[in-house]
Amino acid sequence: MSAINLDFKQSFFQLFGLAQSFELNLLLLEQRYRALQLQVHPDQAAHLMDTQQRIALQQATFVNEAYQTLRSPLRRARYLLKLNDVDTQEETNTAMPLDFLMAQMDWREAVIEAQQQRDVTALDNLSAQMQSETRELETQVAAKIDGEKDYLAAAELVRKLRFMEKLAEEIHAAYDEIDN
Amino acid sequence: MALLQISEPGMSTAPHQHRLAVGIDLGTTNSLVATVRNGTSAVLNDAQGRAMLPSVVRYVDAQQILVGEIAQRNQNDDPINTISSVKRFMGRGLSDLGDTSRFPYRFMTDANTQTVQLRTAAGVKSPVEVSAEILKVLRTRAELSLGGELVGAVITVPAYFDDAQRQATKDAARLAGLNVLRLLNEPTAAAIAYGLDNGAEGVYAVYDLGGGTFDISILRLSRGVFEVLATNGDSVLGGDDFDQRIFCWLLEQNSLQALPASDMRLLLTHARTAKEQLTEHNEARITAMLSDGRVIDSVLSQAQFHEMSNNLLQRTLQPLRRALRDAGLKVADINGVVMVGGATRMPQVQRAVGEFFAQTPLTNLDPDKVVALGAAIQANLLAGNRGADDWLLLDVIPLSLGLETMGGLAEKVIPRNSTIPTARAQEFTTYKDGQTAMSIHVVQGERELISDCRSLAKFELRGIPAMAAGAARIRVTFQVDADGLLSVAAREMGSGVEATIEVKPSYGLSDGEITRMLQESGQYAKEDMQARALRELQTEANQLLDAVQNALMQDGDLLSAAQHADISAQLNNLQSSLQDSDTQVLKRAITALNDVTVNFAQARMDKSVASALAGKKISDLEI
Repeated sequence: MSAINLDFKQSFFQLFGLAQSFELNLLLLEQRYRALQLQVHPDQAAHLMDTQQRIALQQATFVNEAYQTLRSPLRRARYLLKLNDVDTQEETNTAMPLDFLMAQMDWREAVIEAQQQRDVTALDNLSAQMQSETRELETQVAAKIDGEKDYLAAAELVRKLRFMEKLAEEIHAAYDEIDN
Repeated sequence: MALLQISEPGMSTAPHQHRLAVGIDLGTTNSLVATVRNGTSAVLNDAQGRAMLPSVVRYVDAQQILVGEIAQRNQNDDPINTISSVKRFMGRGLSDLGDTSRFPYRFMTDANTQTVQLRTAAGVKSPVEVSAEILKVLRTRAELSLGGELVGAVITVPAYFDDAQRQATKDAARLAGLNVLRLLNEPTAAAIAYGLDNGAEGVYAVYDLGGGTFDISILRLSRGVFEVLATNGDSVLGGDDFDQRIFCWLLEQNSLQALPASDMRLLLTHARTAKEQLTEHNEARITAMLSDGRVIDSVLSQAQFHEMSNNLLQRTLQPLRRALRDAGLKVADINGVVMVGGATRMPQVQRAVGEFFAQTPLTNLDPDKVVALGAAIQANLLAGNRGADDWLLLDVIPLSLGLETMGGLAEKVIPRNSTIPTARAQEFTTYKDGQTAMSIHVVQGERELISDCRSLAKFELRGIPAMAAGAARIRVTFQVDADGLLSVAAREMGSGVEATIEVKPSYGLSDGEITRMLQESGQYAKEDMQARALRELQTEANQLLDAVQNALMQDGDLLSAAQHADISAQLNNLQSSLQDSDTQVLKRAITALNDVTVNFAQARMDKSVASALAGKKISDLEI
């Protein structure tokens, strides 16, 4: 019960005792996450003094952040690049291949149209396509980061993944809108 | 059995001793308290053997506060001072309540927090104070029953409660003198009770339709871990609304409008009874006599009830779909559906949920008790009473937290369904040269426009070092703790100067305020009681004078000369007593005038002002 003191400076991979790579054993990650939370979660310190409760809050927050970062492919890739001192420039670098941008525009228009037509089947199809495209990009990220260690190329893929994530959010919002 | 007991700092010197902790379900309609004894979670009954405490508080006068059944029993006679379903007002502003004329209360707004307040015979009360009265009774019940002081309590809240509602609940518990171990989401509490009891594994949906709130939570249960995947709901939808539908139907059927508060309360009570009858019977007959003597006699069929309440049911299905989508799951992924809350007893609810999930919902648990039972299990763990097996609860924040950006838009900082505790930092910069202050507006909700979200806090960051535009870097950190409560800290980083301020949402009570309120609750009442009692008697006297004078003018010919003289004498007596500041004198004068007008009232009965003169129903004249 809060007997452990987590080192907040260690990497998220070190925290869970996992090798620093994009390819990850998600099942093992989840097991280690749960084992850690069992030790540090504020529920384990609720009967202790304020200081210990605060430490528990910080440690559990850190473990959650680490888990959420490693669990999401996009966030994991971004984090790995950061560990390798590569800025993904998601806010600043807007130079995208033209065909990718055109495809994105087509996607968005399709989402808006599906929403206006209240066409759930169309959204389902878009969602499935978007997911398979995302998986394809993730496979490429794995190759660039783990294999070729070409971090600049990986950064461009991360920027593309960010577009896909925004698209996923829009599809999600469209479902909610149709529901209203 | 352990050979050695090692005492940890902060724990009692006798760690083997069972530490008394309870779980409290502070419900819209009923509240319960439960505890774990000998390894089993059990609801604690009152002296009469009743488990459920109606969440009703009646302020008889400044001294006398009645809670529970005793308050509920007389709510038709004293609707204004008898507060029920106060949970609906927690952390809410007047504008959130919609049409306030459907409540028999006198509402006010707190100038500082913009939250709802209620004017009662014991003065102005906040929903936090009203809730604290309910919690005090449960605390006393537990302490008497367990024979000692409580180490702490877990209080349950609807999963879909926002920050303001959670903060208000926590404040109420502290005001009741409870050490809050945790605020626990109601469906999660139910899942704990159900899961630990049945050794359940897999993905479960908890459909929780209470008196005034609706939650849906989707949880994964595996090897002692309860992980909430997504939650959704409607914090203004519950069994009350089904009563309201029947109530409105009654008004329509009988062409009633502008009823006095007591009649509204009466019909609502009958509406609830009819709803409960329709769970087992095909039709319910509603008979009632209104204060003006009109008789209501209506028959409601199950089919009619289902039809009039169907859109309420549909409103619960939308959050279901959203929760599934947020969890990334399909209906087929759900292994079981747990029904919670008294309103899930309605057959149409069970049918609709069963159809949605294509399986029969689990109803083997008492839907009224399961939340309290789960809260007790959690309280037992948090108090440091360890059982043989450890288990872990991972819950989420129900609504996104965000900041106001340019153009009145909300930018999400922590998305809904993030596992708590969680923190997120956002960096800001100045947009003008030499700018030394900036304002930050924190909101909660899913909508894009700030005006559609709930405003949690507005604060100014001052003392930013004067620099060129864009040079200062201000890092704002949002921390959501295990209760789902937010705190915000800001720090200026660009200059290397680190100024941290801790920001609490403005509607919450500070520790100091809670302590002061606790201390003053006795003293303050004494000083202020006299003045308040006098003021209220004066109001009552004026209303009575008006009523009698009007009655004399309109129907004076119904009286004999002697009766007329008696009434005039008492009228004058009350009028002169009004100048007096003696409450006793005034009270006697009111009673005297009341007494001599009883016969007059009788004569006027069929002119339907009987209740205005027959004694204690003066306040109804206001409506």
